[in-house]
Amino acid sequence: MTLLITVFAAIISTVLWYRIDEDRKLGMLSLMYWGASAMWLVDAIAEYMELKAEYFTPALKDMLNDAYLGISVVALGLIIWLIRLLYHDPKGKIRQLLER
Amino acid sequence: MACFLVPTTEAVVTTIIQKKAEKNKKEGKEQGIFLQRIGWLNNMLWGGSALLAFEHVWHGEVTPWFPFLTNAEDPANLTAMLQEMGTVGVGMAVTVTVLWAAMVTAAERMKKKMGKAIPVPVKQDRQMREERKREGGI
Repeated sequence: MTLLITVFAAIISTVLWYRIDEDRKLGMLSLMYWGASAMWLVDAIAEYMELKAEYFTPALKDMLNDAYLGISVVALGLIIWLIRLLYHDPKGKIRQLLER
Repeated sequence: MACFLVPTTEAVVTTIIQKKAEKNKKEGKEQGIFLQRIGWLNNMLWGGSALLAFEHVWHGEVTPWFPFLTNAEDPANLTAMLQEMGTVGVGMAVTVTVLWAAMVTAAERMKKKMGKAIPVPVKQDRQMREERKREGGI
């Protein structure tokens, strides 16, 4: 579930980067999610090799916990991206605010 | 357990390489296609490792006190942890690197294609065709 949520976040951020990025550092956000997705994919393969078919039938409690983790991971990714965006301040808004 | 430490270590190494590459670029030295795009790999490795580290904190495998990894406290678990780092951790680092290499190669091919297909202005194209016709060509 965490892998699935991260993959969707990666796809959405890539589409947004392609359509509306104007130095909003969306490329960095999508690369971050793609990197995490690739890592979780390896983790999922290792888990599948251990559990076999059981891997696809998780308990509801585990699935909910994984979904909650996935959403938290997406939120953390957005926070990292936001901090970097504000730090680089591509449109100079923070600088303008500080100069007032 | 601690698989995220392998891509994190790779991220540290690639960041050092990127810094050196940036210095060389300022000095006007030529760089290969992979060095030019090493920033992509850094973003993937640092981002992925950070999110994975969060997952380990979530599962209680990373603690804020020494030795920071719960499995490092027990020698029996330590062996399993090192084994996991050697298999899953290395697998993660290799997968991300291969993905990045494929992205760089694809981007470079697209760049070359774009370079070849320089559009000829319509007026000029018409003139060239007419000239060819007059010369008995097409």
